[in-house]
Amino acid sequence: MTRFVERHPAWALIIIIAIAVALWLIFAVWPPGLEEAIGRKRVFLNALFNGITLGGLYFLVASGFTLIFGLMRNVNLAHGSLYLFGGYVGYAISASTGSWILSFIIAFILTALVGVLLQVLVFRRMEGQDLRQTMVTIGLSIVFADLMLWACGGDFYQIQTPNWLIGPIELPLITAVKSSGEPVYLRYPAVRLVIFAASVVIGVAMWLALNRTRIGMIIRAGVDDRDILAATGVRIQLVFVLVFAFGAGLAGIAGVVGGTFQSLSPGEDIRFLLASLVVVIVGGMGSIPGAALGALIIGLAEQLGSVYIPTYAIVVTFLIMVLVLAIRPQGLLARR
Amino acid sequence: MSLAHDARVAVRPAAEAQRPAQTWPEVNNPAAWIVAVILLIMPLIANGFFLIEIFATTLILGTIALSLMLLAGYGGMVSLMQLTIAGFSAYMVAVFGISGNANISLGWPWWLAVPMALALATIFGTLGGALAVRTEGIYTIMITLAIGAAFYYFTNQNWAIFNGHTGINTVGTPHFWGVDWRADIPFYYIVLAVGALCYFAVDYISRAPFGLALQGVRDNPRRMAALGFNVNAHRIAAYAVASFIAALAGVLQVWNYRQISPGSVSVNACIDILIIAIVGGITRPIGPYIGALIFVLLRTFALDFLVKIGLDGNRFRLLIGLGFLAIVFWSSDGVIGLWQRWRQSQRRPADRPGGGRSHG
Repeated sequence: MTRFVERHPAWALIIIIAIAVALWLIFAVWPPGLEEAIGRKRVFLNALFNGITLGGLYFLVASGFTLIFGLMRNVNLAHGSLYLFGGYVGYAISASTGSWILSFIIAFILTALVGVLLQVLVFRRMEGQDLRQTMVTIGLSIVFADLMLWACGGDFYQIQTPNWLIGPIELPLITAVKSSGEPVYLRYPAVRLVIFAASVVIGVAMWLALNRTRIGMIIRAGVDDRDILAATGVRIQLVFVLVFAFGAGLAGIAGVVGGTFQSLSPGEDIRFLLASLVVVIVGGMGSIPGAALGALIIGLAEQLGSVYIPTYAIVVTFLIMVLVLAIRPQGLLARR
Repeated sequence: MSLAHDARVAVRPAAEAQRPAQTWPEVNNPAAWIVAVILLIMPLIANGFFLIEIFATTLILGTIALSLMLLAGYGGMVSLMQLTIAGFSAYMVAVFGISGNANISLGWPWWLAVPMALALATIFGTLGGALAVRTEGIYTIMITLAIGAAFYYFTNQNWAIFNGHTGINTVGTPHFWGVDWRADIPFYYIVLAVGALCYFAVDYISRAPFGLALQGVRDNPRRMAALGFNVNAHRIAAYAVASFIAALAGVLQVWNYRQISPGSVSVNACIDILIIAIVGGITRPIGPYIGALIFVLLRTFALDFLVKIGLDGNRFRLLIGLGFLAIVFWSSDGVIGLWQRWRQSQRRPADRPGGGRSHG
């Protein structure tokens, strides 16, 4: 942190000012002039929270994608299909048993199993052939998309939110002050906050697992140089299968999350594939903190953009990607 | 990388054997002459449905895939945004030219609208290429896919220029010299002429100094940079040429359907172009056209075929996906590669008695 400030004092100043402005926008009661200029504070705070929670969902999808790429150099373009598959499984489980938690567990296990099958039956056969693997994942995503369309039809599904999470909770953030002087607090859906908290927990746990455990050490070594790692006697194929299963399982969990606060339908697979592509391009391929930062940026850009410049919202996301590619082609937090 | 690499090994001996003798290898190939004659007299053989729905569509899709073949086969850059460039050009024809949406279209005559669309689409593709060449190899796919998907969502969102998800309908087509150029037979000849032009242009580029340098960049960018070639400039120039080809095909596409909507530039459609090029083979310009013919035939007749063998007729994409997987698994050079391998296996028994190849 101090090194960054020393090396880029101007950037550090800009970032500090931006954070200060953001904090003021969040906590202060807006003066009437500002409300006239850019709309009500409640709208802004809602967009902000939607952006952050959407960022949490994007992080869940993209972290699996970036983990798989980092270790195996496999751009898994079927990742969106795994997301949608997890969502449909979660829907089926929650509709038949009524248990939301159980749907997460089963969705994780089943998508992880699909991941294991993919790695063992398909990708192991073409190791080191990046482009061919990517072609195969494109073919698989087409096949999966059509199979899921066959099985589930073109309808929209939404996973039932459990009773204990239905309804908003009041946050200690003042959105406005009534004429009587009584403050109005922000009310926000509890389920989104819980899901965001869960994705933060998963992210931190992943970071700890990667940086503080033996298996994490092996994975990091594999990201750096998998040939040398294999030469030291680590059973690299087993590590590959585990990482692929975990990354796929995360996509499955993300599918249940997405099915709860958005909806599931054919085409969502492409949407989340695009989201994870942009997130990892912005954050840096193969980096978990990069995926977190990229997911936050893209989630915020998408939600704030769709509130303030509705017909050009996607362009904002895209411009962020262009800007990052122009300034730092390897991504914001990538090491190389 | 590996796709292009494997294919290179297979194709090089044939190409080298022909190169010194002949600038245009097609001239000596009787099969090429037969195909050319058949294509020219096609309106005598085929009726309107086959002429437009099968052959003209094949040529248009093949030309878009040809632009991908130029990038992937000679430049080693697999771009998934070629259809997006074609779609952009199609949108521009509709926006600048005449269409049913008078509030959007500017109503320019076609001879102004088309060059404008071509220029803008070429600039669009070149900028996208300039972005994509900032990273290498596998990242190209991701960035171009992101560009294609972003354009699709943008056309869906934006009503001011792209008219949202309804798109732009009843686009005007050219009428001059007393001919309705969208009538089946004239339109077929326009498509054929453009397709042939693009085919021979790519064929020529592959043997011109620029194309050879591009292939050098594909094989070993560091060595080419050491030799004094500007690697990125060659790559971006390849994107520019490919964008122009895709843009030409885009103009034909919007004249063909007379409408353009986000559905035509969806991510699935972008991936279809990749499938066409890979299935046909990305080492030679003829590959994309073969791939496009297979794709269009499957798309048109898969429904009847699937119903006939007792399956659900809507599983066309499943068939395409499985076919694509099979090609990627078993042939690194698409149908052309399979054909060459079959030819070699036919030839080998004949060669063996003479023993000519055994020490080779």
